[in-house]
Amino acid sequence: MNGWDEWAISIATFLPLVGALVIILVPRDKDRLVRGLGIAVTALAMVVAIAIAIGFDYGSGSGLQFEVNLPWIPVIGARYHIGIDGISLPLFVLTFVLSFLCAIYTWRYVPSPGKTKAFLGLMLLLETGMAGTFIAFDLVLFFVFWELVLVPMYFLIGIWGSANREYAAIKFFLYTLFGSVFMLLGFLAMYFRATPHTFDLIELQRFGASGGFSHGFQLVAFGAIALGFAVKVPMWPFHTWLPDAHTEAPTIGSVLLAGVMLKMGTYGFVRVALPVLPYGAQKYAPWIGLLAAIAIVYAALACLAQKDLKRLIAFSSVGHMGFVMLGIATLTSIGINAAIFGMVAHGLITGMLFFCVGSVYDRYHTRQIAELGGGMMQKLPHLGGIFAFVAIASLGLPGLAGFWGEVMALLSSYDPAAVLSGQVGIFRAFMVAGGIGTILTAGYFLWMLQRVNMGTLPDKWKDSPFPDVVSVEWISWVPLLVSIVVLGLFPRLLFGVTDGAVNVLARLFGG
Amino acid sequence: MTQAIDYHAILPELILSGTIVLVLFVDAFVKKRSWVAMPLSLLGVIATLVATLTLIGSNRVTFGGMYVVDDFAVMFKTFFLSVAVLVLAISLRYVRDGRSYQGEYYFLLLISFLGCVMMPSSRDLLSLFIALELVSAPGFLLAAFRKSDLRSNEAGLKFFLIGVMSTAVMLYGMSLMYGVTGTTRLVQIGVALAGPLTQGQETLALAAILFIMVGFAFKVSAVPFQFWAPDTYEGSPVPVAAFLATASKAAGFAGLLQLMFVAFPAQFEFWAPIFAVLSILTMTIGNFVALQQRQAVRLLAYSSIAQAGYMLLPFALVSADQAVNREAFAAASTYILIYAIMTMGAFAVVTAVSTESRALPFSDFNGLTKRAPFLAVAMTVFMISLAGIPPTAGFWAKFLIFRAAIDRGGIGVTLAVVMLVNSVVSIAYYLAIPRAMIFNEPERDRPLSSPVLVTGVAVISLVAVVVIGFYPELLYHFPPLSTLVGR
Repeated sequence: MNGWDEWAISIATFLPLVGALVIILVPRDKDRLVRGLGIAVTALAMVVAIAIAIGFDYGSGSGLQFEVNLPWIPVIGARYHIGIDGISLPLFVLTFVLSFLCAIYTWRYVPSPGKTKAFLGLMLLLETGMAGTFIAFDLVLFFVFWELVLVPMYFLIGIWGSANREYAAIKFFLYTLFGSVFMLLGFLAMYFRATPHTFDLIELQRFGASGGFSHGFQLVAFGAIALGFAVKVPMWPFHTWLPDAHTEAPTIGSVLLAGVMLKMGTYGFVRVALPVLPYGAQKYAPWIGLLAAIAIVYAALACLAQKDLKRLIAFSSVGHMGFVMLGIATLTSIGINAAIFGMVAHGLITGMLFFCVGSVYDRYHTRQIAELGGGMMQKLPHLGGIFAFVAIASLGLPGLAGFWGEVMALLSSYDPAAVLSGQVGIFRAFMVAGGIGTILTAGYFLWMLQRVNMGTLPDKWKDSPFPDVVSVEWISWVPLLVSIVVLGLFPRLLFGVTDGAVNVLARLFGG
Repeated sequence: MTQAIDYHAILPELILSGTIVLVLFVDAFVKKRSWVAMPLSLLGVIATLVATLTLIGSNRVTFGGMYVVDDFAVMFKTFFLSVAVLVLAISLRYVRDGRSYQGEYYFLLLISFLGCVMMPSSRDLLSLFIALELVSAPGFLLAAFRKSDLRSNEAGLKFFLIGVMSTAVMLYGMSLMYGVTGTTRLVQIGVALAGPLTQGQETLALAAILFIMVGFAFKVSAVPFQFWAPDTYEGSPVPVAAFLATASKAAGFAGLLQLMFVAFPAQFEFWAPIFAVLSILTMTIGNFVALQQRQAVRLLAYSSIAQAGYMLLPFALVSADQAVNREAFAAASTYILIYAIMTMGAFAVVTAVSTESRALPFSDFNGLTKRAPFLAVAMTVFMISLAGIPPTAGFWAKFLIFRAAIDRGGIGVTLAVVMLVNSVVSIAYYLAIPRAMIFNEPERDRPLSSPVLVTGVAVISLVAVVVIGFYPELLYHFPPLSTLVGR
């Protein structure tokens, strides 16, 4: 094993943190330099991440690659154990790509009240936290990275958000923290139940697979951990922080929140909760499926009632994450593959939708659908066209990325894992609910397009000198648009990565 | 009976006492330049610190067992003296600008620290009592040091009345304990209480333990003996409040640790549940009242009450299992040290802000990011650390307590859940000052001119909080914390 294999993912993860420290040292008046540095640092980190993806051995199936396992805090048994496998690689790369595109977007737009240095510094800190979560294989390390994202996001919402930002920021912080402290409790419980005591995920999995955790314990521990993840996802009924946080957050904040942070929750289920506590997963699966089905239908209905464009997209996230959770709840290989696909697709599509909404607001200075009044295709044909394209991708049109995650999640719930054979009927009911949800989803997205894009342009906007999509926007959006099409046409690109690791996981449930 | 006194063992106390006498003369003889009291004190404290460091690794017993210097004692002494350096640093400008008697101020402050330094070595009810009173008595005067300010007078009076009452109760407890066991040495009390006791002796011993606990509960501002803390902190000079919240409180805990783990471990079934109740009440009431606060020092006062609740939690975990006890002991001592660092840093920033306005409502912090970016960032880190968000030192402190609690099982899990919920609630008020600093526009335009020494204290605390946050292993390079447990 050479130095690159050991340190590549550490370099990628901590490069943004170093970049943040460098940015702090730049004098305040060198605004352009700061923005340039932000792009350079995220670009460099992304290059490293892509190099990792290229060097990743796709043939080996499961097993950690680029693994490092060093003592970190010996007294409490926490180790610096990081690595990457088929489940984490797509999300890891997604983190760096989205952060880079956000940094490019920041070249033109830094939301009021400015403070570019702090803005980019916090964004880079956020990037380190998110990337670290996807590579940590030690629960303490995982928890530290998990919480590391809270503070920067709090400030991103609280300082650069819109009118009701302080309320949204503190609500986001308290909700997530409340969930995660119970998660920590669950982690500690697992640590003490395992012999020998360990926070190491791989060893805990081995211990769990050998039946080390009693059934009663698994139910309690799974409940505690799932609460932490569920708030982050967010699953209905823990979702109420999300519409507020998304609506008030600046564009970059929304993109990263939807694009990456929500995935930390679903990833947590796949990475920690399912493999370590399979019995707990099996017992909770129908309930998770139920909440997911409720989320899909509820979110779609809520979307139909939204007047604020950004809030509508935020609620649509709840629905999409419902599909992801439904896939996970089936405990099948197809379902979990679908979930990971859904996470990536949602990251690309919803990230892109928030970019669009940000740009719409940047021009109209309102996000109220009624005030926009329609006719965007006339006024801003490019922006309108992109918006329509992404909205249609989001509603799950076959051939685009949004389709695969949803359809396969529904497919898998027709035939859940062997351990859930007693609940097949229930899961089929969830499938029907999900199907109704997709119809409603198509309904609200098309209705939204009808109200925003179609129709005639209201007089008040006729003479406004709105620029259509500008070059910075093109640069930061094209990669996303291309990926949406490519993943839609060649889903194998992603399934090929995840399949090996997912199959190993699904075997726990007789899949 | 003549006994050889181990002068090396008490060298730190001797040097500090000498310094105290010198400082007292400053006001009398060099009145014109009474600011020299501060450098003089600082020199003395540093010399004391050096003397303490020569004792590392030694295990000395003197005064017939009343006074012990071991790893536990040296660690706490080093800690107290470091805090003393920091408190002196933030005092200089505050006291000089306050036009009060500087010699007197430093004289009283150093006596309090002398008590602190004696505390972890005192393994006898008598020396423990003397140490505790040495910490408290000058504190009463210091709290009332801003003589012309009514609030300061109130601060001193409240502190004095409640302090004296609890001292009386504690002394009564100590006398009962002597009556039961016939000794004042902690180790011998431990032996006597672990042996067979008649029904009457048992009852008396339990009553004595309860009374002694009351005295210390006052010292560490545990509910229901916390009433004095917010008013006293608010009325005192800010550096004095910093002292009360850090060194004075830590001294109380150092004493409590020795009493509970050396003298009374046999009766844990009696006192562990009491600590559980005290801990829950203290953290919950502290946190929920803190939510209502609109003044910086009062906020820190209620924060220090809530934090005391967390520190009391490990006491409630004590059981017959020595491994768990050792873990609880280590968790409690580590928490105290980390808490003191965070709180010291926060008080340094408050001291800097107090150069402009002594009232210190949150609005004084408005827009501090623009006026003093470093202090604003430092304060934010301290607050996040106090709330226990990783990766800061405060998180690891809480983590150790959770760990010990979960390991204990039973009541431990319940306590951990209560503490978890509390620490989520606490984030709501810990973010209040950062909110004012970052989200609000400044009320004054010119930059805040913070005294160099005060900024220095903030820097030191910030570095400690961040470094421990990223590399918590550092803490465990200290001598084993659990030297007192299970002997």
